[in-house]
Amino acid sequence: MTIAPRTLGLVLLAIGLAAFPLLSPNAFAYDLAVRVLINAVVVIGLNLLFGYTGQISLGHAGFIGLGTYASAVLTTHFNWPPLVALVAGAAGTGLLAFVIARPILTLKGHHLAMATLGMGIIIAIALNNEMHYTGGSDGMSVPAFTIGSWTLSGDRNWYALLSILLLAAVWTASNLVDSPAGRALQAIHGSEVAARIAGVDVAGVKVKVFVLSAIVASVMGSLEAHYLEFATPDTAGFVRSIILMTMVIVGGMASIPGSLVGAALLTLLPQVLSTFEDGETIVFGIILIVTMIFMPNGLVPTLSNRLTRLRS
Amino acid sequence: MLSQFLQFLFAGLTVGATYALAALGYTLVYSASGMINFAQGEFIMLGAMTASALVAAGVPLLLALALAIAFTTLVGVTMAKFAVEPAKTTSMTSLIIITLGAGQVIRGAVQISLGKGNHALPGLSDERPLHILGAALVPQAIWIMGLALVIVLVLFWYFNATMHGKALVATSHNRLAAQLVGINTMGILTFSFALSAALGAIGGVLLAPITFTSYDAGTMLGLKGFVAAALGGLGSALGAVIGGLVLGIIEAMTAAYVSSAYKDAVAFILIILLFVVAPHGLFGAKSSHRV
Repeated sequence: MTIAPRTLGLVLLAIGLAAFPLLSPNAFAYDLAVRVLINAVVVIGLNLLFGYTGQISLGHAGFIGLGTYASAVLTTHFNWPPLVALVAGAAGTGLLAFVIARPILTLKGHHLAMATLGMGIIIAIALNNEMHYTGGSDGMSVPAFTIGSWTLSGDRNWYALLSILLLAAVWTASNLVDSPAGRALQAIHGSEVAARIAGVDVAGVKVKVFVLSAIVASVMGSLEAHYLEFATPDTAGFVRSIILMTMVIVGGMASIPGSLVGAALLTLLPQVLSTFEDGETIVFGIILIVTMIFMPNGLVPTLSNRLTRLRS
Repeated sequence: MLSQFLQFLFAGLTVGATYALAALGYTLVYSASGMINFAQGEFIMLGAMTASALVAAGVPLLLALALAIAFTTLVGVTMAKFAVEPAKTTSMTSLIIITLGAGQVIRGAVQISLGKGNHALPGLSDERPLHILGAALVPQAIWIMGLALVIVLVLFWYFNATMHGKALVATSHNRLAAQLVGINTMGILTFSFALSAALGAIGGVLLAPITFTSYDAGTMLGLKGFVAAALGGLGSALGAVIGGLVLGIIEAMTAAYVSSAYKDAVAFILIILLFVVAPHGLFGAKSSHRV
């Protein structure tokens, strides 16, 4: 019996995730791991849209922000149960994404970049301005994640939940990209006209993947708010969108393992740089440029290409 | 009533003139290479911040402004030579990301070297406002509008009456054909970055006396400049100026009569609507897509 590389990868990831707590990490390490997991799931969604389908989104943090604030505002001001607020946030974000997807995704290149960027900025401005609900730029506190009388707390439990979510995301995404629907995504990236001629409903597929990645971002935004028990408009900001984009590009366009590597590298990097205060922006910029010049496909695809070439 | 309206109109025209300068920067690079330089806003910030640091260090104002513009131009050339050219790519997405990265580098470098605070810069002439029909107009606003007009005229002359300007236009129309008739298209790219950086810096040092400046002021200004350029139709110099002024006035009127908190959102709502309705802007040429 041969094991498909996809299954093997998933098993390895599960083993790795399960092994981490055995290293008896301290609270700081757990916290970093949780942040990596949250970003990794969002980046997988974004990679489906940007890496696989070729549709740039410079406003993706806006969707995270919508989830974050749906959870924050509905639980604090309206006493909704966290799970209901999370689902409502995801549904609302999905609906918004669906409504704007069709007109926005007919745009290409810098028009699309600018429109998505504008959308993200409008969301961030709204979150900053609706002071009486969101607390403006000071942010607001968010209650812990509870279902009934059970409260999700402790880094270890959050780690477990998000590990399961990540495995589910990896499994779903790798199945998706190997399915006919996933091939349609990649066909659109290759050439929209050719995809259309081959019978792909280009507009429909683009809308679906845009909505999917928006919902994923919104759910992770909700969870992040409950994990941090705090929400700030920076969550939805331009800088966060750029960081998410950097994760996709550095890890690898159209690569699920790449999404994980990108999310891990760029979440951990600022910690390494913490001695070099305020250096984050400049380092992120340099990483973007250097990656685009020397390995435009990103880390994982470039390395795996090298490996296959060495073997043959 | 009228004086109040005039007051808002002056405010809009003043800001609009800087948007116009930023938009011209986008237009130049777009004309030479068909790409959008997402670091354009950082040029505006860099010019203003450098000038204010030099003035604070005791350099005479005019010399400080000239040095700041020269320095920003140099940064623009460096960016073209070391970030855009080596990538050897024509993929629009890659170019967007490279210029975004370069913008982050500029912003980060300013943040580290000059700090996060607000910086002021003295105006070109004394600061007592003039009164026109009951509305106050600061002299710096007249400088901005006047210099913007001069720059537009110079650019118009450059594009239409000089060999070099025509080469730039030719490169934008067909790069290969331009190369075949002996135009150094790489040189044109570098030159367009230098010129757009200079234009950005000029806008920055002119606007800073009115609004203050800080390391993160460039992003929003740059985006507004892009909106202005797109409003007028990318690649059209006249369109960029009209787009800038229109955007400035719409923003000022929104702040005055609708909501000052949401004035920054107006540009982006406008751009999304415009792209959906008329992707080529108000003055842009229609283009067809090649497979």
